[in-house]
Amino acid sequence: MARVVVDVMLKPEILDPQGQAIHGALKRLGFEGVTSVRQGKRFELELDGPADEATLAQVRQMAERLLANTVIEEFQVRVEEVTSA
Amino acid sequence: MTARIGVVTFPGSLDDRDAQRAIRLAGAEPVALWHRDRDLRGVDAVVLPGGFSYGDYLRCGAIARFSPVMETVIEQAGKGLPVLGICNGFQILCESHLLPGALTRNNHLHFICRDQKLRVENNRTAWTNAYEAGQEIVIPLKNGEGGYVCDAETLKRLEGEGRVVARYLDVNPNGSLNDIAGICNEAGNVVGLMPHPEHAVEPLTGPTIDGLGFFTSILKRLVNA
Repeated sequence: MARVVVDVMLKPEILDPQGQAIHGALKRLGFEGVTSVRQGKRFELELDGPADEATLAQVRQMAERLLANTVIEEFQVRVEEVTSA
Repeated sequence: MTARIGVVTFPGSLDDRDAQRAIRLAGAEPVALWHRDRDLRGVDAVVLPGGFSYGDYLRCGAIARFSPVMETVIEQAGKGLPVLGICNGFQILCESHLLPGALTRNNHLHFICRDQKLRVENNRTAWTNAYEAGQEIVIPLKNGEGGYVCDAETLKRLEGEGRVVARYLDVNPNGSLNDIAGICNEAGNVVGLMPHPEHAVEPLTGPTIDGLGFFTSILKRLVNA
């Protein structure tokens, strides 16, 4: 089995008012030196097979079709090590 | 024969009853459609009402777009079926790619509820032909994610082809590009609108009855078709 992570972020040119609000809050809390905050989404997909090329291609399809709206969002797919207990 | 206009109820739809009422007041027969049914029951047009379909989980309209009823709506809209998406319905139409672009979080982050002045820019669509081009109307607006965005090329095409159906006047309530309140597809049968015409159809409950024109427009269109 494998875990694949899909990170979805608003495209850089799309206004992210949530990120801006968080940025403002950080400043109010006294955290200095942050010039920008953007907020995204992280999806963790547990798969029953190995994360081979075919599986990853399928995950990219999932991201393209449902997880991200590619009009306004971009995504990255990566495999995460699963530490067996 | 009376025109039959379907109103889809998704889990989380709020304005389906108001849309049905507006359709009745305009003189047509509202037909309740269920999100899990593929059958449109032979309706002449479809309204996707406002609300929070499937809880707006993931993104507004993203899950509703894959509901069984939307498979048929998308297919039929491509063949010319008139479809009006109001607020959450507009978001579903964008997620369905029946309309270009997307609706993003209001630029000030607040949910907004106000009587909104609009200018009807395009009165040649299936849903706006009862208005004069340039007519100013006031109807309620209520949303948290109503900022219309698209890439520069799409915006240029929408403006160039006269596909901006309505624009906000006096105040832009959500940071929408070019003050866009509503757009249509190339054929003009699919219209998405962020404010709510179905809440402005009776003097007792609305700020005006300016919204009724959207529903009389579709009747006129169906009679003339």
